[in-house]
Amino acid sequence: MTDLFLVAHIAGRGVAIAAAQVDSVVDIGEIVAVPRADAVVRGLAALRSRVVTVIDTGIALGLSRTPDTMRRAVITVVEGHHYAILVDSVEDVAPFTRLPLSSGLALHGGWAAVGCGLVERHDEPLLILDLAAVVPAPGLAA
Amino acid sequence: MTGLERGAGMDDLLQEFIAETRETLEAISGEIVAWELAPADGARLDAIFRFVHTVKGSCGFLDLPRLARLSHAAEDVLAAVRDGKRTPDTALVNAVLGIVDRIAQIVDGLDSGTILDDSGEDLLIAALAPDAQKTAPAAAAPVGRSASRSVRLNVDLLDHMMSGMSDMVLARNELARQLRDSDVDPKVEAALERLSLTVADMRDTVTRTRMQKVDALFSALPRMVRDTSAELCKAVNLVIEGADVELDREMIELMRDPLVHIIRNCIDHGIETPTARRAAGKPETGRLVVSARQSGNQILIEVSDDGQGIDVARIVAKAAEKKLYTPAELAAMSETSRLQLIFAPGLSSRDTVTATSGRGVGMDVVRANIEQIGGRVVLVNTPGRGLRIIINVPLTLSILSTIIVGVGTQRFALPRQAIEEIVMVRGDQVRLDMIGDAATATVRRKRMPLVSLGDLFKLTKDTPPTLVIVSTREGDYALGVDTVLDTEELVVKPASPAVMATGVYAGMTLPDNGLPMLLLDASGIAAVAGLRFAPVAAADAVILEEVVPGIPALLFDDLDGQRRAIALAVIDRVEPVSTEAIRWSAGAMRLSVGDAIIPLYAVGNFASRREVAVLRLTDGESEMAYAIAEAIEIVELPFEIAPPRGSGPIAGVVLIAGEQVELIDPHALFSGQPVMIASPPVCLLQVDGSGWMETFLKPALEASGYRCVTSLARGETAAVALAMEDAPPCEALAPVVTLRRSKSADGDDDASIYRYDRPALIAALAARRAV
Repeated sequence: MTDLFLVAHIAGRGVAIAAAQVDSVVDIGEIVAVPRADAVVRGLAALRSRVVTVIDTGIALGLSRTPDTMRRAVITVVEGHHYAILVDSVEDVAPFTRLPLSSGLALHGGWAAVGCGLVERHDEPLLILDLAAVVPAPGLAA
Repeated sequence: MTGLERGAGMDDLLQEFIAETRETLEAISGEIVAWELAPADGARLDAIFRFVHTVKGSCGFLDLPRLARLSHAAEDVLAAVRDGKRTPDTALVNAVLGIVDRIAQIVDGLDSGTILDDSGEDLLIAALAPDAQKTAPAAAAPVGRSASRSVRLNVDLLDHMMSGMSDMVLARNELARQLRDSDVDPKVEAALERLSLTVADMRDTVTRTRMQKVDALFSALPRMVRDTSAELCKAVNLVIEGADVELDREMIELMRDPLVHIIRNCIDHGIETPTARRAAGKPETGRLVVSARQSGNQILIEVSDDGQGIDVARIVAKAAEKKLYTPAELAAMSETSRLQLIFAPGLSSRDTVTATSGRGVGMDVVRANIEQIGGRVVLVNTPGRGLRIIINVPLTLSILSTIIVGVGTQRFALPRQAIEEIVMVRGDQVRLDMIGDAATATVRRKRMPLVSLGDLFKLTKDTPPTLVIVSTREGDYALGVDTVLDTEELVVKPASPAVMATGVYAGMTLPDNGLPMLLLDASGIAAVAGLRFAPVAAADAVILEEVVPGIPALLFDDLDGQRRAIALAVIDRVEPVSTEAIRWSAGAMRLSVGDAIIPLYAVGNFASRREVAVLRLTDGESEMAYAIAEAIEIVELPFEIAPPRGSGPIAGVVLIAGEQVELIDPHALFSGQPVMIASPPVCLLQVDGSGWMETFLKPALEASGYRCVTSLARGETAAVALAMEDAPPCEALAPVVTLRRSKSADGDDDASIYRYDRPALIAALAARRAV
C-alpha cells in the first residue's frame, strides 16, 4: 500500500510527512511572539486571512531553536486549529510504502515521540513524522 | 386558517415550511409531468409520496388543518398504490396532481397572506376515491404568488463568505499600503477609495447575514411563562417588545439558557402570589416585560417585573448565614454590592428550594455565561415595586469592540467591556507604590493591585506610564501598559490550545495591518499574576471613607410629631411591625422579631395603632429598633450641626430644606441600650451535672452577650469555654476560663476565677476570647 508523502528536511534530517496531514507549504511572514507561551510556540503568523500558530520544530524535537532565517513551513490542521511547522526545506511529494519502524531502532528524545514509521527513498530510509505529535498537546502549560 | 393569525413566534417556522415546500414542489414538478405520462412508473410515485408525506408531517406541527387534510388524503391513496391495492390510472393521477396543485396554491396563499376559500377541496378529496366520477378539477383562482424573498443557506456557506470577506479587506489594505509608498495617479487613489467604501459596505452586509431576529429567542417565552406561572399558581402577563431587533445567530443560541433562567427567577422570586399582590395594592396579575433594543454595537435585553424586587436585607442575611462573607464585610458593602450578592455562588435567596428556580445554582452561572460572551448584567432594584435585569451583549460574537494597547514592541487587544478607565501615571490622581513585593496603584484614593504587562510578559522592565483599570468579576486592578493606541472592532477567533494554555489570552485576531494580534483575558491575567481579591467589601470600605461630603440620612416624622433625621448607614431596613410584637418587659421596651428580641426605642405612644413602622438599626454587630410615625425621604446632611442642649439621643439640629430637624445620635441609642449582639459569641459550658452552670451562670452570661451551649453543634465553634476547677474539659475546643469554688485564689499563679465574682468572670471571658 503506498501513500503520498511530502519529503522535507528538519534539523538537517530528511523526513517524510503524510500528505494527508499537509494543508499547504508556505513561506511565512512576520511572526508575532506569544508571551508566556511554551518555547515550542514560536508565535503567530498571518496566512491570508487566517492566523496560524507557528511551531518551532527544533524545540519540539528537543533540539535547538530553529534559526529565525528559516521561514518555510508546512501548514497542518489539528483539531480545527492551523499550525505552521517550521522546516529547513521541502523536496517533493511522492508515493511511498509505509514501513514499520525497524526493530531495534533507538529513537531518542523528541524524535521518539513524533516518529511513526519509515519510508524508503532510493534505499535511503526516511522517518515518517506525525505532525499532530509535533503540535503541543492541549493542557501543556507555559 | 392563515399564518397571519399566528403568534409572531411561529412565523419563522412557517416561512421555513413555505420555502421548503416550494423547493420540493419545484424539484418534483418534473416527476409529476413524467408520472402523468406514465402512471405505472413506480419510481415517480415515490418522490410524490415523499412530498405529500412531508407536507402532512409539517402541517400537523404547524397546525394547518386544510393542508393536513389534503396531504393526508393523497398520502392514503399513494400508499394504496404502493402496496398494489390500487392501480394508478389517469383518473387517480389527475386527482393526486389536483391535490398537489392545491397544496401549492395554499402555500402561496399563506405566503402572500391571501386566504383561499376551501370550496372544491372536498371534491378534490372525493376524486381520489376508487369509484370517483370524473370530476373536472376545480379551477382554483390563480393566487398572485408573491415572489419568494428568502432563500435557505447553510451556515458554513455564510462563514465561508465571512472569511472571504476578511481576505478581501486584507487584500485591499495591502494594495493601499503598496500605493501609499509610490507616487500614484489621483485617479487610482479615487478608485481605491471607492473600493474601500464598497468593501466596508460589503463587510457590514455579510455581517448582517449572520443576524437573526431576537424573536427567535423570545418566541418560546409565552409558553414558558404560562407553564411556569401556572405551576407556581401565579398570574403573569408577559409583554414582549422589540422582537425584531437582530442579533448574531450564535449569540441567540448562547443567550437562550440565561434568559430562560432569569425569567423563571422573576416569576418564582419576583412576582408575588395574587393574594400577596392584592394585599400590596397591586393588580393581581403580575407584569413581566421582556424587551430588546439596540444601542450602538450592543444589544440590551431587559427583563423587568413589577414584583417585590430583591429583599437586599434578606440576601445579606443569607450571605452571612452561608458564611460567604463576614458580618463586617457585609456591613461595609455598598447597596450595589449587596444587591450583587444574588450572583454569589451558592446563595439562593429563597428559603425553600422550588422545582422552578432550583437551589441557587442559577444566577452565578447566568452571569458567568453572559460575561463569557462579552456581556454584562445590570440590576435595577426597587424593593416592593419590581426588578429590572438588563443584559448587555455585543451585537455579534465574532466582532468585538477592543482597545489596542502597546507594550514594548508588541500590541495586544483588550475587550472594551472589561475596561473601566484609562489613566496616565503622571498626574496627581495616580500613585504607584510597592507594598512588600506587591505593586499597587492608587487612583483617586482607590487602591488596587497593579500588574505590569511588560513585566508579566517579560517585554519591558520599565515602570508603565499608562494604567488601564480593568474590571473583572473578582475585582478591579490596574494593568500597566506603555501606550493605549486605538480602539478597534475586531473579528476574534479562538487561539490554538498551546496559546490558550498560557491562561492570559482570550483569543486571537487579524487586524487590518495584517499582523496577528492576541486578545488579552483580563481575569486570566489577574489569576496568572497571582492577584487575590478581597471580597468586594474591602473596596467599598475605601470609598466610604472618602465620602466625607454629604452623609445620606433618612428624614422621618417621629411618634411625638417631631421631624427627625438619622444617618442612613445605621438603618438596616424600615418595616412595619404589629404593635403586639412590642412589649415593655424587664425594664425596657422590646420588639420581638421572628424568634429574637431586640430593644426598641420609642419617643411617643403608639398604643392606639395596630401597626407601627420601625427603623431596624444596626452597628454591624448588634441590632435595635426605633419606632417612627412615617419615613419621609432620604436627604443629605449638611456640615453644620447645631449642638443639642440637654440629654437624649439627639446629636444636634440640622437645617434641611429650611426646616430645623433633630438629628438622632445612633451612638447614644446604642450605648444607652443593653447590647443585643446579632450573632453572639458562643460560650461552651463544661457542665458537671449539678446544674449550677445552667441555672446560675447561663442567664448572667447571656445578659453579657454570650450564647451558652453545653455541647457544640456540628460545625459550630465556641469563642470561649467555661469549666469548674474539678471538672476540666476533656478536649480543648476553645480557650478555657476555669472557675473555683473558694473565694481566695490558690497561690499567685492560679488563673481561675471565683465563681460568683461576676465582673472578673466577664472580664476573663472577654480576655480569653481576644486571645
